Amino acid sequence: MPITVQIPTALRRHTEGVASITCAAANLNELFSVLDEKFPELKPHLRDDKGQVRRFLNIYVNEEDIRFLGGPSYAFQEGDEVLLVPSIAGGLI
Amino acid sequence: MCHYELRCRECGRTWGNQPRSICDECFSPLEVAYDYDALKTQLSRERISRRPPNMWRYSELLPLPQNFTPGLPVGFTPLFQAPHLAQQFGGTAAAGNLYIKNDAVCLPTLSFKDRVVAVALSQAREFGFDTVSCSSTGNLANAVAAHAAREGLKAWIFIPSDLEPAKILGTNVFGARVVRIAGNYDQVNRLCSQIADEHRWGFVNVNLRPYYAEGSKTVGFEIAEQLGWRLPDNIVCPMAGGSLITKIKKAFDELVKLGLVEPKEVKFFGAQATGCSPISTAVKTGSSEIEPQKPSTIARSLAIGNPADGHYAIRTIKGSGGWSEDVSDPEVIDSIRLLAGAEGILTETAGGVTVGTAGKLYRQDRILPEETTVLCITGNGLKTTDVLAGVYETERAIAPKLTEFEAYLQRTLDPSEAPAVVAEAVGA
Repeated sequence: MPITVQIPTALRRHTEGVASITCAAANLNELFSVLDEKFPELKPHLRDDKGQVRRFLNIYVNEEDIRFLGGPSYAFQEGDEVLLVPSIAGGLI
Repeated sequence: MCHYELRCRECGRTWGNQPRSICDECFSPLEVAYDYDALKTQLSRERISRRPPNMWRYSELLPLPQNFTPGLPVGFTPLFQAPHLAQQFGGTAAAGNLYIKNDAVCLPTLSFKDRVVAVALSQAREFGFDTVSCSSTGNLANAVAAHAAREGLKAWIFIPSDLEPAKILGTNVFGARVVRIAGNYDQVNRLCSQIADEHRWGFVNVNLRPYYAEGSKTVGFEIAEQLGWRLPDNIVCPMAGGSLITKIKKAFDELVKLGLVEPKEVKFFGAQATGCSPISTAVKTGSSEIEPQKPSTIARSLAIGNPADGHYAIRTIKGSGGWSEDVSDPEVIDSIRLLAGAEGILTETAGGVTVGTAGKLYRQDRILPEETTVLCITGNGLKTTDVLAGVYETERAIAPKLTEFEAYLQRTLDPSEAPAVVAEAVGA
């Protein structure tokens, strides 16, 4: 069940410049395990000391925020495109 | 030697000055930090007071390039008492204590976003960008397009496709490229993060965000100066991304730090529309984290379901002893009409949210009548007249004859409303 993961520029220095990978993770936890194994330096940038997804990192599946899909319990579907996006952008008021 | 630089809000690492908004170490947002010791000797109330009445009078407290020459006289909008609104909210005891900070008349595009864009574009030039860009719920689009035109920069503006026509037109007219996205603001925003990764453009609310956000502080500086160099008891502020409320707090803290005002515990109150209330929901449920929402409200300038600065807005509100409330769409309309009828100010939907929320806070006794309270009105109602469509009947035209008018009066006027001389005529 391959899915594609897009890595933002800000994190690519921890992936030796790799901008996207394809893997067969079933859910978010598995995806993190895959990323941990492939890019050990990336790990602390994705999750905090308690293992929670970092507050300022948003994860999208096919353009939808994964929190609207059930968060960690969401089961990836074949062909899903996962985006890791810093949450910094946003309206101002 | 520059007296400011970027610093990570969480891990404290410094990044100098560059177009960057996140810390590579911990992914947290960056903000501008200043050398306050150096500034202490440079700034005084007298010195600031002698300067022209615009936001550039606080230049030392803004991240502006060296030798920067301000273009437009942005900011220094009126702060005035709202006695009739005060009477309605808090009775006679509130009269004289409620103020409006009216950025509905901020130059050049009639919203407070002119402040942030003015600062962001000063740095865009410095960093060598020839194109500036933004994701916007409307007011920012207008401001970026206008300031870019003035500065001779190209502008690419990304907006949700359902934006108010006046806000789209008010962007097109400045010659900006407007890209309508079939999605809500949060989707537009996410797309812009990705575009900023690919194109070397100055996105005011992505890679220029730390500089841009500092412009909001001028609302706070002005409120303090216009109150006679003192801080209010309460601030009521609309919230979308959650940045403005945190920057007004930063402004007050800086004024205290520099000895320009006496220290005071100001309470910060955040206002949202119920149909998009991730920050007020978190405050009311005691959470320190944001649960994103799918926006559904007529207050489109506040329709951000995943606010980037939501976490810090919650912290500002809770840390100050303030609160956050939200109001329904009908309450937004009623509040726009209330402010217009009571004080002669036509605000946009975000202003309706602020006024409606303020009324709630008075009723909850979270704001007391005798406290000095400032409502931040951030945008102009002429941009969102579509929400008032159908509220007022379109009257049938009458012939230009006095007899026709008298007949019209008889037909339509409640005699108690009539001025004395007219009342006589009606009764005759």
